Amino acid sequence: MTETAVPEDGGDDLARAVPETGDPATGAAAPAATEIAVPAMSLVVLVGVSGSGKSTFARRHFAPTQVISSDFCRGLVADDENDQAATPDAFDVLHYIVRTRLRRGLLTVVDATNVQWEARRQLIDLAKSENVLVDAVVLDVPEEVAIARNEARPDRDFGPQVVRRQRKDLRRSLGKISRDGFRRVHVLRGVEQIEAAAVVTEKAWTDRRELTGPFDIIGDVHGCRAELEALLRKLGWEVTPAGASHPEGRTAVFVGDLVDRGPDTPGVLRLVMGMVAAGTALCVSGNHEQKLARALNGRKVRVAHGLQESLDQLSAEPEEFRTAALAFMDGLISHYQLDGGGLVVAHAGLKEAYHGRASGRVRSFALYGDTTGETDEYGLPVRYPWAREYRGRAMVVYGHTPVPEPEWINNTICLDTGVVFGGRLTALRYPSREIVSVPAEKVWYEPVKPFAAPGHRDPETLSIDDVRGTRHIEVRYGGGRIKVREENSAAALEIMSRFAVDPRWLVYLPPTMAPPETSRLDGHLEHPAEAFAEFAAAGVGRVVCEEKHMGSRAVAVLARTPEAAAARFGVEDGSAGAVYTRTGRPFFDDAAVIGALVDRLRSACAPLMDELGSDWLVLDCELLPWSAKAEGLIRNQYASVGAAARTALPETIAALEAAAGRGLGVGGLLDRTRRRLDNAARFRDAYARYCWPVSGLEGLRVAPFQILACEGRATAATEPHSWHLEALSRLEDPLIAPTRHVYVDLDSEESRQAATVWWEALTAEGGEGMVVKPLTAPAGPAGSTAPPGRTGASGPEGEAEPRPVEVRPGRVQPGIKVRGREYLRIIYGPDYTESLDVLRNRFLGRKRSLALREHALGLEALSRLAEGEPLWRVHEAVFAVLALESEPVDPRL
Amino acid sequence: MLLTISTTLRPATDLGYLLHKHPDRVQEFGQSYGTARVFYPEASEERCTAALMLDVDPVRLVRSRGRSTPDYALGQYVNDRPYAASSLLAGALADVFRTARAGRCASRPELAAGPVPLEITLPALPCRGGPELAHRLFEPLGWAVEARAVPLDEGFPEWGDSRYVRLALRGEVRLADALNQLYVLLPVLDDAKHYWIAPDEVDKLIRAGESWLAAHPERGLITRRYLGRRWALARTAFARLAELGDDVEEDLEPPVEEDPEPSREEGAEPPAEEPSATAAEEPAGPRDEAGPRVGAVESGAVESGAVESGTVEPGTVEPGTVEPGAKRPLNAVRREAVAGVLRELGAHTVIDLGCGTGQLVGALLADPAFTRVAGTDVSAHALTVAARKLRLDRMPDRQRERLELFQGALTYTDDRFAGYDAAVLMEVVEHVDLPRLPALERVVFGAARPGHVVVTTPNAEYNVRYEFLTGMRHPDHRFEWTRAEFAAWAAKVCDEYRYTVAFRPVGDDDPELGPPTQMAVFTLGGTR
Repeated sequence: MTETAVPEDGGDDLARAVPETGDPATGAAAPAATEIAVPAMSLVVLVGVSGSGKSTFARRHFAPTQVISSDFCRGLVADDENDQAATPDAFDVLHYIVRTRLRRGLLTVVDATNVQWEARRQLIDLAKSENVLVDAVVLDVPEEVAIARNEARPDRDFGPQVVRRQRKDLRRSLGKISRDGFRRVHVLRGVEQIEAAAVVTEKAWTDRRELTGPFDIIGDVHGCRAELEALLRKLGWEVTPAGASHPEGRTAVFVGDLVDRGPDTPGVLRLVMGMVAAGTALCVSGNHEQKLARALNGRKVRVAHGLQESLDQLSAEPEEFRTAALAFMDGLISHYQLDGGGLVVAHAGLKEAYHGRASGRVRSFALYGDTTGETDEYGLPVRYPWAREYRGRAMVVYGHTPVPEPEWINNTICLDTGVVFGGRLTALRYPSREIVSVPAEKVWYEPVKPFAAPGHRDPETLSIDDVRGTRHIEVRYGGGRIKVREENSAAALEIMSRFAVDPRWLVYLPPTMAPPETSRLDGHLEHPAEAFAEFAAAGVGRVVCEEKHMGSRAVAVLARTPEAAAARFGVEDGSAGAVYTRTGRPFFDDAAVIGALVDRLRSACAPLMDELGSDWLVLDCELLPWSAKAEGLIRNQYASVGAAARTALPETIAALEAAAGRGLGVGGLLDRTRRRLDNAARFRDAYARYCWPVSGLEGLRVAPFQILACEGRATAATEPHSWHLEALSRLEDPLIAPTRHVYVDLDSEESRQAATVWWEALTAEGGEGMVVKPLTAPAGPAGSTAPPGRTGASGPEGEAEPRPVEVRPGRVQPGIKVRGREYLRIIYGPDYTESLDVLRNRFLGRKRSLALREHALGLEALSRLAEGEPLWRVHEAVFAVLALESEPVDPRL
Repeated sequence: MLLTISTTLRPATDLGYLLHKHPDRVQEFGQSYGTARVFYPEASEERCTAALMLDVDPVRLVRSRGRSTPDYALGQYVNDRPYAASSLLAGALADVFRTARAGRCASRPELAAGPVPLEITLPALPCRGGPELAHRLFEPLGWAVEARAVPLDEGFPEWGDSRYVRLALRGEVRLADALNQLYVLLPVLDDAKHYWIAPDEVDKLIRAGESWLAAHPERGLITRRYLGRRWALARTAFARLAELGDDVEEDLEPPVEEDPEPSREEGAEPPAEEPSATAAEEPAGPRDEAGPRVGAVESGAVESGAVESGTVEPGTVEPGTVEPGAKRPLNAVRREAVAGVLRELGAHTVIDLGCGTGQLVGALLADPAFTRVAGTDVSAHALTVAARKLRLDRMPDRQRERLELFQGALTYTDDRFAGYDAAVLMEVVEHVDLPRLPALERVVFGAARPGHVVVTTPNAEYNVRYEFLTGMRHPDHRFEWTRAEFAAWAAKVCDEYRYTVAFRPVGDDDPELGPPTQMAVFTLGGTR
C-alpha cells in the first residue's frame, strides 16, 4: 500500500501526527493485511473507476448509513441509478447529505468514482468547511478487471471506453493527488491488496475524553515561574524544578502562553515539559508558543510582545534544552476535549461547532480567538465575543485575553488574570469550579492597554434562538422533555419583549394550578373533599391547606445589596431586586413604588437571608389588594358588569311587576329576575372585598408563601411546604401578611373534616379559598432515589406504611386550589349558581396536564438558577412557562 | 336586558298592530344564546308600552362556540351581555320586530308610514363616549334625548362613571325608522369588540340606514364603529396572557402608527367612506335578518377592498391625520424622510426593525433601488396585517424575492438582523422600557451591526403644539425624549459601538421646539 501524509499549512493537529510511511514507487510490495487508518471523525473519499469494487469495499468496511453513493443519490432524484442526466442533481443531494453528516460529526464515506480533480476538490472543500479531516482511499484495479465486472452487471450498459477514460483520469490524478488537500491518500493496488485491506479508525489527538480529572486548569503563565510554583503549591502539588505531581492524582491543564514577557520562560517550560512528560499535565498551544517556535525554527517573525525576552533567556540555555523546548512547543495541539466531552480547554476558547474538529480555522480560533479584523484604539485586534453566544453543554476554559476577574459567561471562563502585568495567576479546579489564584510578585511587563481597569461586566445577551420556534426542554423534576409549540412561543415573545422586566431578574414565573374534580354537593362546584380524595388516592399521606390570598401573584427577587445583585444577577444599575407579575411585568408602572417595595421587602427578609446564608432570595407571593394591580381590569370587567346589572334589573323587575299586575303570566320570570338582582349584589360584594385604596406602599400587603430559591439551593424543589411556611412566618413587618394554614392527615376522617370546616369558614367570610399541597417536597430529579427534605412535621414514625397505590413521579399535582362559592361568582359570572348542572360539565384534563408541565419547568428554572447555569438556560425554562400559559385552556379552571 | 317602547297614540294599543305583537300576550322567541320575550307592562287607550326583554344565558353564549374562538376568554362568563343593551339586543330586536322594521303593517298602513309619538327607554346602554355621544347620535334624528351616566360602583365613588347610560328617547318618529336606528346605533354606541362579524355586515348597514344614515352628521363615526375592528384568531393566545397578568387586553395592544390627532373631538374626524361607495365593492353575501352572526369569521373572509379601508387598527389615528399646520400626515412625511435618507446613504438592503403593519416596507419595495427589504416585528398580529396589506399572497415572485417578513424581538440577538446595509428603527425605541434599551442597543448596534442605523422618535418638546394632547403621544410610549436627551443617548451609543451620528428634522422644524419627529442617522465607524 502506498500512503501519503500531507502536512497542511497552518498545521492540522492530526495531519502532523501521522508519520510518512512507504513510498509511492514501492507500494506494490505491501504486506498481506494492509491496515488503513482513518480519523474517527472524517470524510473518506473513495477513488476508483467504475467496476473497481468501491461499493463492495465500502460495504465490507463501513456501516451502511456511513456510505453515501452517487448511484444511490441518482436513484433518489431520478428513479434510475444510471440516469446520467440526473448527475448534477444527484451530487447536490449527495453533498447535502455529506455536509449534514459532517456537521453532526459523523464518519462519512463517499462512494463515487472521484477520478477527476474537480469532483475531489468539491468534497475536500466541503469537509474543510465543516472542519473535519478528509482521507482518500484509491482502489486501483487493472482495466480488464473493471471492464469484465461491468459487463457482468446487467444494469451497467456503458461500454469499455467509459472505464478506459476514467482510468486515464485516474492515472493523471495519481501523480498529484497528494497535493489535492487530503490528510492522507491510501492507495490500494490490485484486487489482492484491496481484498486483504483492513480499515481502522483512529481518534483525534484532541480527543482525550477518557480523562476525567480532577483537573487544575492554569491560566497564562508568561514566564512567571515563581508564581506558577506558588500556585501549584497552593493547589497541593509537590513541585521540583523539572516536574510536579499531586498526591491526590490531579492533572494540571495549561491553557497555553507559558512563554514570553516574563522573567523565566525556560524555567516555566522545564517545569511544564517535565509534568507533561510524566503524565501529570496537559498543555495546549498558545499563540506565543506558536510564534516562539517559528522564531526558533528560523522563520521570519516580528519580534514583539515579549518574544525578545524568551529568545534572550533561551539563548542562555544549553542547545539540548532548546531543541527539546522547540519540539515540545511544536507538538502542542490546539485544544483538548476532556471528561467525556464535558470540558474543553483551548488557549483563546473555542465555539461549540469546533470542539473536537481539526482545520486551520479551528486552530486559528483556538490560538487567537474570533477576531473581527478590526483593531481598537491601542492597535490590538478586536475580538468577537463568541462566549456571549456560546450555548454548548461543555465547559470551555481558556486564557489569552487578560481580565481583572475570571467570570463565567455561558459556561465558559477566561483564566488569564495577567500575572505578567502584575495581576494574578489563576487556576480553576474542575469539577468543583473553585477559583484559586496567587498574586504577581511584581509588574514584570508593562501592558500596552491599561490592565485591570474597573471591570464593566459583559452583559449576557439572549439570542432569539434561545426561545424561538417549537422547543423541547429537558426538565429534571417530573422527568422527560416538555414541548412548547411555536405559536405559543410567538405569543410569549411578544409579552416578554414588550413588557417583561430585565431577563436577569426574571428567574421564575409561577405555574398554573388545577382545581379539584368537580363537586356534586348541592350549591358547590368545588369542595375540599375531592382534593383530599385525589391526594389520598395518589398515595399522599399528609397535605397542607394554605389560605389562598385574593390578590395578584407576585414574584419578588431580592438581593441584600446592589453589589450582591450585581454579583449574582449581573444587574449593575444599582437596583437590588425586582417584583413582577405572572407575565413578568414590573408589578407597578411607577419604578419608585417598586423600588420602595423592594427595599422594604429586602429589609424584612434580611434575617431570613442570614438564616439561609444567602445574599439573595426569590419569593413567591400574593400581593394584596387585588385592586392594587388589577384596578383597571376590575373597573373595566367586573364593576361594569355589576353596574349594568344594578341599573338594568330593577327596571326589568318593575316592568315585569306591571305586566304581572295586568294579569300576564310572567310570575316565574319575575321570581328569577329578583333572584338575579340578589346574585348581582353578591357578585358586587365578592369583588369589592378585594379592593381597597392604596397609595405608594400604604395599604399594600405582601403574602409570601414559598421561598423559591437562594444561594446554591432551589428550595422550592428541595424543601417541604412546612419548612417554607415556618421560615416565612418569622418575617416581621406590618407589610407582610401571614398565610394561614392547616395540616391534614388524609388517613384521619376527623382531620379532613376539621380542614373542611376551616375552609368553609374561610370562604363564608369571603375568602378566595385554599390551596391543598402534598406536604413533602416534589419527587427528586430523575434518577435520584429518596425525595429530599422530609418534613419534620411528619416524621418517618408517623408515616403510614407504604400504600398499595403506585405514585408515578410527576403525575401528582403539586397543588390543588379549592375555591369558595361566593368567590366563584367572579369567575363564572353572577348567576353561575343558577346553572351549576351545566357548569359541572367541565374538563380538567388539559389544565391538570398544563399545571404539571409548568410546575416542572418552574422547578427547572430555579434549579438552573441555583446551580449557576448561564442566563439563557434559566430564561429558556422561564420563557417556556409563559409560552405554555398561552395555550387555550378553559380560563375558569 | 330590557328595551321599552311606549306610545301615546290614540288608541295607544295600536302599538300592538305596528309591532305585530298582541298586547295581552307574552311571546317568546328563541335565540341561540337565550330567549327574547315581548310583553306589555301597560296597555291602555292613553298609553301603551311594549317591553323587549332578552334573557341571555352567558353559559350558553360561551358554550355555543368552540374552544378555538377568539372570545374563549375569562370575560365571556363575567359579561355585561345579560344586562346591557348590546349588539345581542340589536340582533334580537331585528329578529323579533322584523316586519315592523320593514315598515309593513297591513291593518294600520297609515300609522306605519308616518311619524308617531314614541318613547324608548334603555336602562343600561353601553355607550363608549358617554351621554354626550348619545345626544350627538340621536338628536339629529329628531329625538329628545335624556341620557344619564350610571356610576361604576357606589362603594368606590373614586372610580367614577361606568360606560353605561340610562337612555330615554322621546319624539315623533316613524316606528320602522326608530327600530332601524336602534339596530344600527346600539352596537355603534357599545363599540365592543366584534368577534364575530359576518361578511354581510356592510349590506345590513346599508339597508338599515337607508332612510337616515346618509344625512346623519356622524355617519363617518357610525360606519366605522359599526363595521368594527377585525380580530384575527391568532389574538387568542395574546389575550390569555393579558388576562393572566391582570391586565386589560386593550392596554397591551401592539402599537401601530400613532401620531396624535390635531383634535381629539370625534366629530372632527375626516369623513369615512360613504356607505353607498362601500356597497358597490362588497361582494354580495348571504342575507341574514337575524342580526350579527354568531360564530367567528376567518380573517380571510373579511378581506376586500371596502372592508380593508374600513379597518381601524387599535391605537391608530385615522388615515389623514395631519400634523398641526401641515398639509400631509406626519407618518407619511416621516416615511418619506426615512426612505429619502436610505437612498442618500446608498443603502440597497434594508431591514425595518419594528415594521408594524409594513408601511415603510411597502414604500421601500416600490423602489427597485432597494434590492432586499426585510421587516420584523414582535407582534405576530402586526405581521399578519402587514402580509395582508402588502398582499403577500399575490405579490409577483420577483418582488416577493426581495422581501422578508418575520417575527423577531429587539431584545434578543438575532442572526436574521445582520447583513443589511441599513437598519431602521422608526418610532420604535420609545416603546422599549428605558432599562431594557441597552439590550436593544447591543442587539442592533453590537450584534447586527449594519453600516447605517436610522432612528426616529418623537420630539417631546414639540408636544405642546398638540392642542388636545395630555401625557405622551401614545399610551404604549415608555418615554419621549427632548432633542438634548436624544442626542445624549445617540452619543452614548456611538461611543460604545463605534458609530458616528448626524441628526435630521422630520416635519416642520419649529425654530423654538424643533421638529415633531427627530431623526438620527448612525454610520458605522466613520469620523465624527
